[in-house]
Amino acid sequence: MKTTLKLITILFATLLMSCGGKEEKKKEGFSYEKKTTTEQPVKKVEIIPASKKVDLTNKGVGPITSISLSTDINQEIATHGADVFKKMCTACHRPDKKFIGPAPTGILERRTPEWVMNMILDPEGMVKNDPLAKELLIEFNGSPMANQNLTEEEARAVLEYFRTL
Amino acid sequence: MKNLLKSTLAIVAVLVAFTSCNNGAKSGKNSGALANNVAEKVYVAPGEHDEFYAFISGGFSGQLSVYGLPSGRLFKVIPVFSQDAEKAYGYNEETKPMLNTSHGFVPWDDAHHPDISQTKGVIDGRWVFINGNNTPRIAKIDLSTFETTEIIEIPNSAGNHSSSFVTENTEYVVAGTRFSVPIPQKDMPINEYKGNFKGSLTFISVDSEHGNMDIKFQLIMPGFDYDLSHPGRGKSHGWFFFSTYNTEEASTLMEVNASQNDKDFIAAVNWKKIEEYVNNGGGTMMTTNYAHNVYDESTHMATSTMKKEVLTVNPLDVPGAVYLMPTPKSPHGCDVDPTGEYIVGSGKLSANLTVHSFTKMLAAIENESFAGDAYGIPIIEFEASLAGVVEQPGLGPLHTEFDDKGNAYTTFFISSEVVKWKVGTWEVLDRQPCYYSVGHLMIPGGNSQKPFGKYVVAMNKITKDRYLPTGPEVTQSAQLYDISGDKMELLLDFPTIGEPHYAAGCPADLIKPRSKKIFNLEDNKHPYAAKSEADTKVVRDGKTVHIYMTTIRSHFAPDNIEGIKVGDKVYFHVTNLEQDYDVPHGISMIGANTSELLIMPGQTETFLWEPKQEGVWPFYCTDFCSALHQEMQGYVRVSAANANTPLKWSLGEDIE
Repeated sequence: MKTTLKLITILFATLLMSCGGKEEKKKEGFSYEKKTTTEQPVKKVEIIPASKKVDLTNKGVGPITSISLSTDINQEIATHGADVFKKMCTACHRPDKKFIGPAPTGILERRTPEWVMNMILDPEGMVKNDPLAKELLIEFNGSPMANQNLTEEEARAVLEYFRTL
Repeated sequence: MKNLLKSTLAIVAVLVAFTSCNNGAKSGKNSGALANNVAEKVYVAPGEHDEFYAFISGGFSGQLSVYGLPSGRLFKVIPVFSQDAEKAYGYNEETKPMLNTSHGFVPWDDAHHPDISQTKGVIDGRWVFINGNNTPRIAKIDLSTFETTEIIEIPNSAGNHSSSFVTENTEYVVAGTRFSVPIPQKDMPINEYKGNFKGSLTFISVDSEHGNMDIKFQLIMPGFDYDLSHPGRGKSHGWFFFSTYNTEEASTLMEVNASQNDKDFIAAVNWKKIEEYVNNGGGTMMTTNYAHNVYDESTHMATSTMKKEVLTVNPLDVPGAVYLMPTPKSPHGCDVDPTGEYIVGSGKLSANLTVHSFTKMLAAIENESFAGDAYGIPIIEFEASLAGVVEQPGLGPLHTEFDDKGNAYTTFFISSEVVKWKVGTWEVLDRQPCYYSVGHLMIPGGNSQKPFGKYVVAMNKITKDRYLPTGPEVTQSAQLYDISGDKMELLLDFPTIGEPHYAAGCPADLIKPRSKKIFNLEDNKHPYAAKSEADTKVVRDGKTVHIYMTTIRSHFAPDNIEGIKVGDKVYFHVTNLEQDYDVPHGISMIGANTSELLIMPGQTETFLWEPKQEGVWPFYCTDFCSALHQEMQGYVRVSAANANTPLKWSLGEDIE
């Protein structure tokens, strides 16, 4: 019974595929459970992807345990941070759109500054020890966040830059 | 119950079998892992590090291998004189110049005698030098990157064998010719060798800070074969000793004709004296042609410069600089003890070892106890410099190393053994067989004032039945002995690459903390580096196309390229943007007539692809870099030579 069902499915799928190939030029290739944008399939159970979760208490696991942000953004540091970001991070992150990894825009509305810096400074440790970081890894296709060996000062500057986004 | 009895019996039987085996073993009660804790002595637990590094020459592989002791585990094969497709050495555009010579690109050599740099007579672990025998060259390997960073060709040399040994402050690395040749080279009858061919001994200065090599002078000696050499140290610092054979100056049927003289010589060279002579304007500049290849870590590129002259010194012009000490029967090894007092000559056709005394040599020179001269170079009376003789220790002595307790260890090729003897009393203390036909041996720090006398590594010429057979060609092999006690103990056999001629070793702690983890991207000065994805581009210049590409886990930028045409020369300049330890990326292109690239974090490397067919051709990452490594791929569209396909490049245009 099970086999028959499988066979029928495969047959059907093959049919669909061959159909697709013959159809008008526009419909090249095929689609199979392609991921759609994250907003759409939220109707059944409320599954919030890690990138949308808000956790403003978790400081993550890593070298940064506590930092305080002044109310004003330090432009000089932010500019330095933008430069570091451009050199070291843009291979995987675009400021305002999802690329290989998530966009940093609005990150401080979802994460603590400590969490952000720990993620930059020790991504391996975070993925191992921080459940949210682990969830993010899975959400982003298992693409690991590269440790770009930033100094603490550079990571802090990048954080300041994120505040400007 | 019955089962228990059975299994007990079985265990007892096995134990008995093992025990009896041990009793019957040919090399006595100390052999075999079960007889005592031999296995424990070489066991380095998973995740633990070895106590010593050993740099073992790769012989005719042309490379240098890095082992751990006591485990005998192989960590790396450093490409030196031979192309290595795995690491793109000699294949990528950056390292091709490393193998340039006055004979053009030479992709292979025969690597013999590694020696680690020293400061104040003690191994400092900064560089290791090794000689290429065939097309005479000396290479320097930087021990912070474990990469070959400099190769200098030796002019007027042939069979660069009595090399590459360093003086006690690495003032010089020395390269002596094995074969004498016409200097300068010229067309002449071979049988006019005698008196006309010359042997060059080359002193290459080493910059104390950066290690840059430069030929300071060449001593043009009589036409003997210069076999091996070692520096004086301590009291004999400033002198260098070279063993010679073929003092007969024969050019044919050497196995007979070069063995006629009862004694050949150890040449003692006072290089300090010659250095002074040269510094005061002495010597003759000779026109020549040789390559000097330097790898620059900041541009990640090598450049090859042809040098056109060399300073030569006639030993007769520097009185008191060169003497010859008669040494029986074609001496091979020429080894100096840690105090610098004794020079051991291993006459390979003699049954005895001859030991010269540096103090007696100086006295003989002072007293002019000379037995004559060879082409004007004084020959010291044999007895005058003789310190002692190790009587009948074995057959076919080759090399001697020293421990830190006043003992010497000599290999015997014909009787296939290592013999331990006492320096000063010349008595034989112990002997252990080698499997088989040992050549060199190495004690970490053995060529310095401070040996670490815990292990000796014997490097064998023949392996025969010691390992599982692999057809007619079997593995090369080394053996590790514990020399910490009165008696030597064989601990381990381990395979080596090529033929292991000599090795240099030192405590791991000397090198480990300085070993580089990544190249800093910011310091990358490669002219074609793309230091961020924003810098990636494709530039056409006539039929040449430069692709400035980056890699990071797990994509290339760009990964789609169009507008390449058949007949183009396409250079892929690939920068690894990673700044994390042990995250190299590779890249290879279908049909490229070269090797892959293997690019370390922060490094830029280049390969050339000359597409010959239209189509869409993939490239991919060859070093498993992440869970998405299999996704790390890209395409290049190749159009006809006369097509108008616009030059385009992109990464992820259709990403949401």
